[in-house]
Amino acid sequence: MRYKLALQIGPVAFRIGSTWRAPLDALARLYAAYPRPENDICDFTVRLEPEKPWRRWLRPSVAINGDYMLPDAAPLPLSMGLLAAEMGMNLQMALGQKRYLLLHASSAEKDGRALIMTGESGAGKSTLSALLGERGWRFMGDEFALLDLDDGRLWPFPRAVSLKNGAIKVMEKEVAADRFGPLIADTPKGDIRHMRPNDAALSGMGEAAKPALILFPRFGASEAIRPVGQAEIFMRLTQASTNYVALGQAGFDALTGLVASCPAAAIDYPDTDAAIGLVEQLWREAA
Amino acid sequence: MAAPRYVADPGDAIRLVALDGLSALYHLPSGTTHIVAPPAPEILEALQEGPADAAELLARLRERYELEERADEAIGIRLIELEQAGLVRRA
Repeated sequence: MRYKLALQIGPVAFRIGSTWRAPLDALARLYAAYPRPENDICDFTVRLEPEKPWRRWLRPSVAINGDYMLPDAAPLPLSMGLLAAEMGMNLQMALGQKRYLLLHASSAEKDGRALIMTGESGAGKSTLSALLGERGWRFMGDEFALLDLDDGRLWPFPRAVSLKNGAIKVMEKEVAADRFGPLIADTPKGDIRHMRPNDAALSGMGEAAKPALILFPRFGASEAIRPVGQAEIFMRLTQASTNYVALGQAGFDALTGLVASCPAAAIDYPDTDAAIGLVEQLWREAA
Repeated sequence: MAAPRYVADPGDAIRLVALDGLSALYHLPSGTTHIVAPPAPEILEALQEGPADAAELLARLRERYELEERADEAIGIRLIELEQAGLVRRA
């Protein structure tokens, strides 16, 4: 590959190669404050290549390749190269991660303990974790939470936060402009803007935390806290994990251990301030 | 026709974790996870003594638990469900 970049995100190291310079420049700017992998040894490789050789110049589109591949991953226009790199990293994690139980969840840490939030796309888990990260918590990740198969601790994966649509304005009010990447309009998921996590999140990316609370947020309904039974929590988390089945018994043991040790609740909220209030209330009760 | 006899995998072939009133069950031979309700764990445990038809199984369960009058009908249905889930098979 002509252009290369190596990035350490939490306990995972990536090598990203690209035929074009622009996506890697954008990525390097966004991830400028991140450490480089020790000894340059990487867990996963992402390749951004022309969909077809001649498409490098003529209306170029980016195919996302790597160690692990989905046959139908759609190519993106070159203007969305940053998004392609991020999707490539997600894909490698989702398909190839074997050291941790991977939960499609956001997470934040306070006092050495971790909050896990999971829900369907649009539930607000990403925005809530990003907001908590600016309000006294350590942001751990907005997309994946890594559950240690040996000791049940949660490892951070604080890549750049992928803000979508309405969440972009919410965070622009809270965070300095130099932490944002370019606005990428009209992607398959609407408008997307990446935001670099703050210094506390980056300097703490090597620190795991013991899970203390699991929340299932849902945006759009009036404020409510609903109990969730352990069997339902377990089932929802198996669905939220991309590698539960592949891990076999190790995944089962890690996930049942998490469910048995952690209180959980579903929360409905009409706006982000109400959500933060509910999170803080449940966090105090779980202490 | 004789009633079918059922057999379960040995106890170390399953992992069972209680979750409130239900249980999460991991079946090692197939690598599948199940959420099961009583009396499924109790049936699997009773089958550890060896193959049994529904009547024998019911007798084993009556030694350990207080069962309702109509439990015999329910046990037969649960056995068919467990067979469909791959957790017991015909002996």
